[in-house]
Amino acid sequence: MFKFGASIVIIAALAALLGPELSPFDPASQELSLRLGGPSLTHPFGLDELGRDILARVLAGARISFLVGLSVVTISAVVGTILGALAGYLGGVFDDVVSRIVDTLLAFPGLLLAIALVAVLGPSLANVLIALTVIGWVGYARLVRGQTLRARELEYVQAARALGAGTPRILWRHIVPSALPAIAVQATLGMAGAILGEASLSFLGLGVQPPTPSWGTMLTGGRAHILDAPHLTIFPGVAIALLVLGFNFVGDGLRDLADPHSNPRTLEP
Amino acid sequence: MPRFLVRRFILTIPVLLGVATLVFSLIHLVPGDPVQAMLGESASPQDLAELRGRLGLDRPLLSQYAGFMKGVAIGDLGNSLRTNRPVLSEIGQRLPATFELAFASMTVAILLALPLGIVAAVNAGTVLDHAATTLALIGISMPNFWLGPLLAIVFSISFGWLPVSGRGTLAHLVLPAITLGAPLAAVLTRMTRASLIEELRELYVLAAMARGVSRTRAVLRHAFRNSLIPIVTTLGLQFGMVLTGAVVTETIFAWPGVGRFLIQSITARDYPAVQGCILFIAVIYVSMNLLVDVTYGFLDPRIRQE
Repeated sequence: MFKFGASIVIIAALAALLGPELSPFDPASQELSLRLGGPSLTHPFGLDELGRDILARVLAGARISFLVGLSVVTISAVVGTILGALAGYLGGVFDDVVSRIVDTLLAFPGLLLAIALVAVLGPSLANVLIALTVIGWVGYARLVRGQTLRARELEYVQAARALGAGTPRILWRHIVPSALPAIAVQATLGMAGAILGEASLSFLGLGVQPPTPSWGTMLTGGRAHILDAPHLTIFPGVAIALLVLGFNFVGDGLRDLADPHSNPRTLEP
Repeated sequence: MPRFLVRRFILTIPVLLGVATLVFSLIHLVPGDPVQAMLGESASPQDLAELRGRLGLDRPLLSQYAGFMKGVAIGDLGNSLRTNRPVLSEIGQRLPATFELAFASMTVAILLALPLGIVAAVNAGTVLDHAATTLALIGISMPNFWLGPLLAIVFSISFGWLPVSGRGTLAHLVLPAITLGAPLAAVLTRMTRASLIEELRELYVLAAMARGVSRTRAVLRHAFRNSLIPIVTTLGLQFGMVLTGAVVTETIFAWPGVGRFLIQSITARDYPAVQGCILFIAVIYVSMNLLVDVTYGFLDPRIRQE
């Protein structure tokens, strides 16, 4: 399943990179006379309510999804890792402050805080990135803090401290590397979460605004034509589900590698 | 036990204060003048001043904060700008619809997840297990704003069996409950599988079978019963996720609940209503987590002693 997931992710990444080369149509160009046209040889995914080629828009939407996923995961992972490692290692007031902020942000279920933030900041791609990062870093901080609390008592870390290594060196060279497998799993599943989050916000009208092609906004457009043109709903939805599934498969595979206890087969004698 | 309860309650207080503070600050995150944003560019200076006074935004920040916290403490979340009625009444009016949907979706999830999780655990590592876990992962990956319309295309439009939107009869509940319940079923399947696999490794299961108890009985009556604690915990913790998922599901199916009210309030820039809904859902989520922790403490004495 890991290989299957990785294949989906690689194909989607290539589609996002080479998007304009793969479809002869511009995602923004309209042909109103062909609006809502079904799938055909010329337009394999059909045309939308403004006569735009859905395949070209799905490919362009892949760029938005990867942009959001990579940006949110990178910033969240860096911020969360730094704060979590410092909180776990330093303890005291810094740990208390970070832990209370984490507790408060975790008191909002799932996307609710992101919805609230975008509601006040206004709907745009930049604000979606901000909102998803605000809820995203918390998971990494909690994970890395836990790993740091365990690692700081280990002999090799105590030996480094006895040899005179400073806090930044101990964190950077000894503690954070030990947390990297767990961070990698979290980041892979975080890609799925961020892509789904962006699509959800865009679907609710709080994310990427038309005419920019996001998979979520394409599904919103498709709702009005669910009776007469279901292909408007089907293709962007398949794209989201497949890419999220791909990242989930890869994340699960990495977790099995990082933690053999999660896989029953590796435990058999 | 009372000490455990008191400590758990005390730990919840700073979280609730943090939640209320964050919700209070939301209106101050609005770029520019929030009152102008609410009333639009064409609003007269008198209207702007009147609303600013009504919302208390003309007072010093600390005074605004104290007023907001006092309001929250006595259950006064202000008035909706759109309907001019108390936000709490608006939420209360829609709460039965949201709870109806939430409980129906959790029932769907339980009915799907427990058999699937048990089959996967008993056949761990086999094709059946792979099929069940893959199905669960598909359930997690499938966005509910896509699953909902797909179900509507098949069951409402093609077959004409179920209504496409609204609330009223049991038939109206089916599609929204499946849409909201599917991701929860997926999470619950994985939890059931993992928890049951752990229990099946325990010696008491082997001992039961050595005494002549059938494998089915050993799994269902012995191992499964013990694996229920983490499953019930997951279900409780997922209740908050269900409330967030309800925002999307209620929007898709025009279900007249709190989630739809939140989105309508966002569209109308009705910030007091937005703040009220967010605070309300977060408080329910925190309370549910507290309830789960306390229940867990009752069920498992080791938790109380930690």
